[in-house]
Amino acid sequence: MSLLHLAIISPFLLAILVPIAYKLFRQIHTGWFVLPLPILLFSYFISYLSITSDQQSVTKSFSWIPTLGIDFTAKVDGLGLLFALLITGIGALVVLYSIYYLDKNKEKLNTFYVYLLLFMGAMLGVVLSDNLIVLYTFWEFTSFSSFLLIGYWYHREKSRYGAQKSMIITVFGGLSMLGGIILLYLMTGTFSISEIIAQSDEIFSHSLFVPALLCILLGAFTKSAQFPFHIWLPDAMEAPTPVSAYLHSATMVKAGIYLVARMSPIFAEHSLWLWLIAGFGITTLFWGSFSAVKQTDLKAILAFSTVSQLGMIMSLLGIGAAALHFETVDDSYFTIATTAAVFHLINHATFKGSLFMVAGIVDHETGTRDIRKLGGLMNFMPITFTLAIIGTFSMAGLPPFNGFLSKEMFFTGMVRVLEMDIFNLDTWGFLFPVLAWVASVFTFIYSMILVFKTFTGKFQPEQLEKKPHEAPIGMLISPIILASLVIIIGFFPNIISNTLISPAQAAIMPVEGYVYDTHIYFWHGFTPELFMTLGVITLGILLFVTLPKWRSVYNLFPEKLALNRFYDSGLSGIQQGAHGFTRWYMNGSIRNYLVYIFTFFIVLLLSTLFTKNAFKFDVSNVSAIRFSEIVLALVIAVGSITILFVKSRLTSIILLGAVGYTVALFFVIFRAPDLALTQLVIETISVALFLLCFYHLPKIKDEERMPFKATNAVISIGVGLVVTLIAFSAHSNKLFDSISQYYIENTYEKAAGKNMVNVILVDFRGFDTMFEIAVLAIAALGIFGMIKLRLGGGKKNENK
Amino acid sequence: MKTNDIILQTATKIVLFIIVLFSVYIFFAGHYTPGGGFVGGLLTSGAIILLLLAFDMKTVEKILPVNFMYMIATGLLFAIGTGAGGLLFNVPFLTHAFTDVDIPILGHLSLHTAALFDLGVFLVVVGVTMIIIKTIGEDD
Repeated sequence: MSLLHLAIISPFLLAILVPIAYKLFRQIHTGWFVLPLPILLFSYFISYLSITSDQQSVTKSFSWIPTLGIDFTAKVDGLGLLFALLITGIGALVVLYSIYYLDKNKEKLNTFYVYLLLFMGAMLGVVLSDNLIVLYTFWEFTSFSSFLLIGYWYHREKSRYGAQKSMIITVFGGLSMLGGIILLYLMTGTFSISEIIAQSDEIFSHSLFVPALLCILLGAFTKSAQFPFHIWLPDAMEAPTPVSAYLHSATMVKAGIYLVARMSPIFAEHSLWLWLIAGFGITTLFWGSFSAVKQTDLKAILAFSTVSQLGMIMSLLGIGAAALHFETVDDSYFTIATTAAVFHLINHATFKGSLFMVAGIVDHETGTRDIRKLGGLMNFMPITFTLAIIGTFSMAGLPPFNGFLSKEMFFTGMVRVLEMDIFNLDTWGFLFPVLAWVASVFTFIYSMILVFKTFTGKFQPEQLEKKPHEAPIGMLISPIILASLVIIIGFFPNIISNTLISPAQAAIMPVEGYVYDTHIYFWHGFTPELFMTLGVITLGILLFVTLPKWRSVYNLFPEKLALNRFYDSGLSGIQQGAHGFTRWYMNGSIRNYLVYIFTFFIVLLLSTLFTKNAFKFDVSNVSAIRFSEIVLALVIAVGSITILFVKSRLTSIILLGAVGYTVALFFVIFRAPDLALTQLVIETISVALFLLCFYHLPKIKDEERMPFKATNAVISIGVGLVVTLIAFSAHSNKLFDSISQYYIENTYEKAAGKNMVNVILVDFRGFDTMFEIAVLAIAALGIFGMIKLRLGGGKKNENK
Repeated sequence: MKTNDIILQTATKIVLFIIVLFSVYIFFAGHYTPGGGFVGGLLTSGAIILLLLAFDMKTVEKILPVNFMYMIATGLLFAIGTGAGGLLFNVPFLTHAFTDVDIPILGHLSLHTAALFDLGVFLVVVGVTMIIIKTIGEDD
């Protein structure tokens, strides 16, 4: 395990310590214990810049499950490092911000920071793993930890709803991605991304190539909230604002972007990749920006704006992939799209992060985020207002901020689309620049709404819950840093061009022997792009001023988006259907459940036994039956039959115990001391347990005794028969060599133990044992919860 | 229901230690002779159950002020931690290591990381059994 691996899992390690720190130092905000880690990690990852700037990469590996080709290979290249810096850098600022945002007396900070750290570690794992299975593991970890973060205020109905929604959609995509990963493994025989890239030419014509591509893209699209999966992102805004700033501006949703970028070298040769990504991206861009304008909640506007900006980055990656297709056209035309994608990714993290923090400050200091209630805050919060101006103007693509530069490059990429062979006016290609331009107009409008409706206009103190005032300085530090970055990158874009952008590009579109060299110019002449921007500004201002007049356009659509309604009705339909079905068969009678279980058991096993022709009865290889065994068998039989006729529960328990002990005696005479020992102790404890349970039940009365039922008799005889048949067949069929020889040979050799059973349990199959005890623990928790809940009268169960 | 169970109580006081000692023996013997964490854990919980039968719940809680939930958690941490320990030495998860040492008085000993893992099993088994028995037993 190298330092790099340690860096990736360090958030998880710290997460274990956070609750302890919380308990021990209640007077200190727990965030202060967390803050050093992202700062430390950020400075650690900065040290890799010297390597990646030369477009080289570092790989560190250690075996995890070597027999399955699963190794925890950590790889730092330009793309991974860029994301790692975003995760830790923005992470540090978010933690700092949250220290002032979350009240240490009101919030359960221990869980908050545990979730946040889990999320941070999971994101680092996603962007720095070279092994697809490891990547997938961390990927699902991000889904789960973000679920916990979104539902942090779990007492609110909407938080739970948003958390559930995000998890359903992203885990659905994640599972599909796992399918894609397995397909890739089937084609290439490896889980390593670098090795798959090396084989990408060979698998191009494989029949599984397109299914794998689609599966992976589904994972990326759901995670990055691309249309039509974007519906979870606005609901996820129910999370505390620092979380929104972190998850939904800087990191989590960008995991999908990362995946597309990472997979580009494998799939980009295929035109389907290009069309899907560019198409869905541009649709998302347009729909997100269009929907953002009608929102009235500050965070909802930002959420839709995130959706649209993600679509923009996605579409740029798609167009960038075109560079691999057309060698006749000058490559630099298309690589500029990839450059723009990476550049905008960085810019988006800076301005969106600061805007989320600004929204949080407004919410925190006024008590509302509704722009209909806000207004005229400029005089009360001058610093916040300045920050909002910087962030929104950058988002709208206005000079001199960094968003202007990447938006210009975005236009360049989209205009170049027209020059491609397949993307001309005869095809749908002309839609790309048109949609891009229209979407930019809407982006401009909602950016202006965001800043001017909040900070200018009429001040309405009666609508606000608190008297507004400027936020404390601690809360302002983080957005100030981000806003300064917006300006610095805006004026000096080239400080990141060859340190961050080019290396990332080299990872997205690796070309043998080609070294990317990016220069971004602030002033690039009177190009069509500049006129497009001027058009955006003119029309944007016009539409913003006349907004009340044309706002009714939005009423043409149903109040709730059709897609959201589809999701809701689908979800409630499934719930109602499942509820009805469950009510039908889970009628509360344990006897009925046993009937289902045993009938299923008999039908399934008997039919398998006979359709597969597996029944065999072979007595050639059995040892002689001894007298003592006959006696024991008789004792068991007599004991079991007597249970049916006794009238007292106590007697039946004791009889059941006697049967169990006799089975243990069987183990003794068959020389299985381990089994015998376990069986004896288990029997003792379960008899005690039964006694406890039955102590609470009333005595059996004669009229309560079950009358004889033919179906029950059939089922019980059937179960006995099936088990006997299987026992015979299992003994008679020797299809494979016994595995015991392996253990006999290796128990001492490899594990230095002499008790084979125990060595198998703790060593050869230790993984099984680990999960078995986990299952035991879950069962104990379940029983504990069930009984305690019933003791409380069952009324506390909210879902009743 | 108040019964005179002085014989049971007196016998328990002595037998308890024998059972616990035996379970410790069984636990350590596991690698070479029958036994191990699972059986050892069950034996220990058997001893505690005997204590519960002879005395009442409150007395036992006074004698053994243990939160069995924490015991389960500790056990799981032991099991996972032993597995994860291998990662520090750049070997796969759950790779066990063993060595032989000579210690004065105790003589020749084999030390196995598997025993730590087994200790986790032991703790989980005791915790789980006691949680189940106690929650059901308290319910009156």
